[in-house]
Amino acid sequence: MPEIKVTPLGAGQDVGRSCILVSIAGKNVMLDCGMHMGYNDDRRFPDFSYITQNGRLTDFLDCVIISHFHLDHCGALPYFSEMVGYDGPIYMTHPTKAICPILLEDYRKITVDKKGEINFFTSQMIKDCMKKVVAVHLHQTVQVDEELEIKAYYAGHVLGAAMFQIKVGCESVVYTGDYNMTPDRHLGAAWIDKCRPDLLISESTYATTIRDSKRCRERDFLKKVHETVERGGKVLIPVFALGRAQELCILLETFWERMNLKAPIYFSTGLTEKANHYYKLFITWTNQKIRKTFVQRNMFEFKHIKAFDRAFADNPGPMVVFATPGMLHAGQSLQIFKKWAGNEKNMVIMPGYCVQGTVGHKILSGQRKLEMEGRQILEVKMQVEYMSFSAHADAKGIMQLIRQAEPRNVLLVHGEAKKMEFLKQKIEQEFHVNCYMPANGETTTIFTNPSIPVDISLGLLKRETAIGLLPDVKKPQLMHGTLMMKDNSFRLVSPEQALKELGLAEHQLRFTCRVHIQDPWKEHETVLRVYNHLKGVLKDYSVQHLPDGSITVESILIQATAHSEDQGTKVLLVSWTYQDEELGSYLTSLLKKGLPPSTS
Amino acid sequence: FQYCLSGHPTLPCNVLKFKSTTIMLDCGLDMTSTLNFLPLPLVQSPRLSKLPGWVLKDGSTFLDKELKECSGHVFVDSVPEFCLPETELLDLSTVDVILISNYHCMMALPYITEYTGFTGTVYATEPTVQIGRLLMEELVNSIERVPKAQSASMWKNKEVQRLLPAPLKDAVEVSMWRKCYTMPEVNAALSKIQLVGYSQKIELFGAVQVTPLSSGYALGSSNWIIQSHYEKVSYVSGSSLLTTHPQPMDQASLKNSDVLILTGLTQIPTANPDGMVAEFCSNLAMTVRNGGNVLVPCYPSGVIYDLLECLYQYIDSAGLSNVPFYFISPVANSSLEFSQIFAEWLCHNKQTKVYLPEPPFPHAELIQTNKLKHYPSIHGDFSNDFKQPCVVFTGHPSLRFGDVVHFMELWGKSSLNTVIFTEPDFSYLDALAPYQPLAMKCVYCPIDTRLNFIQVSKLLKEVQPLHVVCPEQYTQPPPTQSHRTDLMIDCQPPPMSYRRAEVLTLPYKRRYEKIEIMPELADSLVPLEIKPGISLATVSAVLHTKDNKHVLQLPPKPPQPPTGKKRKRVSDDVPECKPLKPLLSGSIPVDQFVQTLEKHGFSDVKVEDTAKGHIVLLQEAETLIQIEEDSTHIICDNDEPLRVKLRDLVLKFLQKF
Repeated sequence: MPEIKVTPLGAGQDVGRSCILVSIAGKNVMLDCGMHMGYNDDRRFPDFSYITQNGRLTDFLDCVIISHFHLDHCGALPYFSEMVGYDGPIYMTHPTKAICPILLEDYRKITVDKKGEINFFTSQMIKDCMKKVVAVHLHQTVQVDEELEIKAYYAGHVLGAAMFQIKVGCESVVYTGDYNMTPDRHLGAAWIDKCRPDLLISESTYATTIRDSKRCRERDFLKKVHETVERGGKVLIPVFALGRAQELCILLETFWERMNLKAPIYFSTGLTEKANHYYKLFITWTNQKIRKTFVQRNMFEFKHIKAFDRAFADNPGPMVVFATPGMLHAGQSLQIFKKWAGNEKNMVIMPGYCVQGTVGHKILSGQRKLEMEGRQILEVKMQVEYMSFSAHADAKGIMQLIRQAEPRNVLLVHGEAKKMEFLKQKIEQEFHVNCYMPANGETTTIFTNPSIPVDISLGLLKRETAIGLLPDVKKPQLMHGTLMMKDNSFRLVSPEQALKELGLAEHQLRFTCRVHIQDPWKEHETVLRVYNHLKGVLKDYSVQHLPDGSITVESILIQATAHSEDQGTKVLLVSWTYQDEELGSYLTSLLKKGLPPSTS
Repeated sequence: FQYCLSGHPTLPCNVLKFKSTTIMLDCGLDMTSTLNFLPLPLVQSPRLSKLPGWVLKDGSTFLDKELKECSGHVFVDSVPEFCLPETELLDLSTVDVILISNYHCMMALPYITEYTGFTGTVYATEPTVQIGRLLMEELVNSIERVPKAQSASMWKNKEVQRLLPAPLKDAVEVSMWRKCYTMPEVNAALSKIQLVGYSQKIELFGAVQVTPLSSGYALGSSNWIIQSHYEKVSYVSGSSLLTTHPQPMDQASLKNSDVLILTGLTQIPTANPDGMVAEFCSNLAMTVRNGGNVLVPCYPSGVIYDLLECLYQYIDSAGLSNVPFYFISPVANSSLEFSQIFAEWLCHNKQTKVYLPEPPFPHAELIQTNKLKHYPSIHGDFSNDFKQPCVVFTGHPSLRFGDVVHFMELWGKSSLNTVIFTEPDFSYLDALAPYQPLAMKCVYCPIDTRLNFIQVSKLLKEVQPLHVVCPEQYTQPPPTQSHRTDLMIDCQPPPMSYRRAEVLTLPYKRRYEKIEIMPELADSLVPLEIKPGISLATVSAVLHTKDNKHVLQLPPKPPQPPTGKKRKRVSDDVPECKPLKPLLSGSIPVDQFVQTLEKHGFSDVKVEDTAKGHIVLLQEAETLIQIEEDSTHIICDNDEPLRVKLRDLVLKFLQKF
């Protein structure tokens, strides 16, 4: 039986290092190629030796698909393609293709230049890797080869994020990447049609969370920022350069404008301006409102938000700073955090998910004494707030997507095992589909049962649909044809055509049965009596009395003659072909029982 | 079938009936009709208002309010009107979908979607819709801002029209000419559009799949594939093989077409676009150097992007750095902004710039450095900033409405100034007629990047459609150059041509259809290898047809016969449905057949030869079996077990189909 096999190399019961292998109808596809933020050793990249021990990856994989530019989805790509070695196609959307190399370069710089690691991928490798990328449009059907096609859907998680449908024949898999089912300040909501995939592979970051309305969260956020600034405190918002940052900037920008606030807002790193520029150029990927008004007012041109300089951190007085990275695991956000952590007037707002092992994760789980490099203990006195602005679907959103796509099976990745377990049960209960949650390196096999497409000759189809138009539609109509199988092509034709195409003649098999009945009437009267009898019994059949004295039931012929010796006995000759076997056999047994006594 | 609703080969409007769907291909609006009207001046023009009324030969003056004469030409003094696609040829409310190929070919959309009972969906790419909206906005705006008291209709009377001079006398279907639509109608029409991307497969009612392909002519411009599993119609409209700003044309996907409908070829087959651009630049530079102004009547999107890019590279070397460039249109700003956000629809070079990230078009820099300034109209800021000599890009290219009318009146009297025609849609002599006599220089540099006939014949050789269908204009040389037989489509078999209001039967024949065999049924089939490599299986199944999709399922199991005590009526035994037995093939070797009979206990078998075969006699059973090459006839008494036994023995020698 045909099957689909799924093996996560990363993101199996875990968040980080997304990398999922899918085998479908003989094609092998790798979904995402991410790094893990919680590790600095070998475990940060997926174990590609799982795919093949000694062969070339290019021979084994038909294509690689990257869902969006976050490093936990694309961070291992240059390592994979240039260091392990892969020359096949890599698919991603245009914005992802534009932004991905910048984040990779950033990641490389931090790892190599700052941490001094060696044996890491180089700038040139990032460039060479990006040359293998084929950019795709939303909803474009990309033919990877003759059989394998992929299609991108809008995912709303970050600029350019996409869900992908992978299809071979009538078997298909949908991989969501990270997605968001509610539109936010700058992006629209994920959308997919009722494509009924055999398998939906969904992220499940917020498997158990049902978030309150966005508006409440926004009001809460603004209130907290406002209060802190009013009492002269500093607000640190660790973010990734692209994504939430833009949403929160828009939010603060409009609030500052409305409330006429004067406290400065800064955005760290040189990436900002560049990042905003990407949003301007790819504005067709943002939400409807921004797209509609961009000519009059481009939402990504900020009046109140200015570039941050390291020296500003020590300035007295209130300020708001957006700084990267978002999980406080390195870089500027961590530096500022260290400076401001000791003052209870200050506040840090974590707007997104933090991976285990990061400072962000530690303070969110309540730790207030942190051990820093050199065994220094950092006491956290500033207020720590968590506000889920990260654009993942919550439990409600995941269920909503399943309802939209109507998959036959669901597989969860990109989440924590415990939470997955809960959601898995909910999905199985509500949709009555199987739900899987393999761990890394564990293979899930799903059996599909595809129907087989064949070509039917128009003549045969028309003949059958014409019969189907008869008033009695309750009885199922049987259609008869011959399936011709030749060099992998399947054609359904009428038996006559099959014989003709093979150059064979039909062999006609005919039966003629003599049925003796006692009937004292004259020959033609017997015929009439037989006719009336058959007409009475066989209501659904065409029974005809022909001028030459014979009777037909459909194509079966009945003739009556008097017995040569006994005039009271009549011989009925019933003649039919093999094709009418059932009816012919039935007629002889019916006639053998004799005719009912005449009423006349 | 194909219904042709527009006679204009570059502004097509056809309707295709294909597998029970009705598909409109493009919705072009023929605006050449406006050339018969007087221009709409933005400010009172003494010259235009003093034009004499037209007087018939017999001296009657009843038309002198409607018709005015200017330098020997007669113009209608009324709100300009457009020639709509045919609306009577078929009931347009039956149109299921409209496919738009580029923003120039959708200008009649509001007339179709708002006035014909249309309830379907329109498909177009995002740039097509956005820029199409801008073109419509500009059109509506330039006509509505000059309210005209008079609406002439007397001249349209057939009896009257006969008396008029050419070209009014020969204008077709003047009774069908309509005034411009309004913005609410534009918005309503555009709300019926569904956005699509290149290579997106769109299913229509399960029967037909349509797919837009890049056509290389304009931002978001597309050709369309309309196909079922067995037929493929390609609709090629407004395509270009030149590398300008749009994504290159997708030719490969047009292969294997049964029918290729070819419209929207270049209107100026004799002019080379590159040469025209060079001429444009040098004329512009010369005029400005001599202290004159340059007027470029143009659409607010399209070629203007390429012209600005050329000028960007040219102005410094030509010493034009201090000459102001003005782009005046109610949608100038929007057009310039929109051009920068469609990275995915641009050619490779421009896409790469966006990845940097830099704006794909250099006009961003021209604006930043104040070399290019844009204004919604001549009123307001422009009048303060206006410095001469200068270069002005503005619409409409017909010179009948829009800000261009003002500049024609303003600059027409001086021979220092030049008007350069770059848009190919209107004859420049006709466009200029109501401004005569004119002192201004006129230069004609039409830039039409669409396919020329050499490219077409190369394309057709490449994609090899079985049949080509095109407007009749493409099957003969242009009327003004009847000796140029190279300026027509040359292919084998010769193209089928159509003209306005004509219905054409397209030559495709279908022999097969797709059907799906459900897995349970597939499992039950028993294939037999009949010849090497060819296997057969007889299929008896239930056919389900829903949404134009056919599925074969296992026949339901016969219900268990009721075990009631009541004696069944005779008719209960009548076979329910009619399960046809398969056809048989093969022949029966008599000797082996007799051996088989004997093996099964028939001891008195006798064989007689006949002319065509043999007769096998079973004497005791009074049974006779006639065996011929392709038939067998069993004649017996009513002994069912015997007959069934004989039948099965015969069947052993035959194959079933």
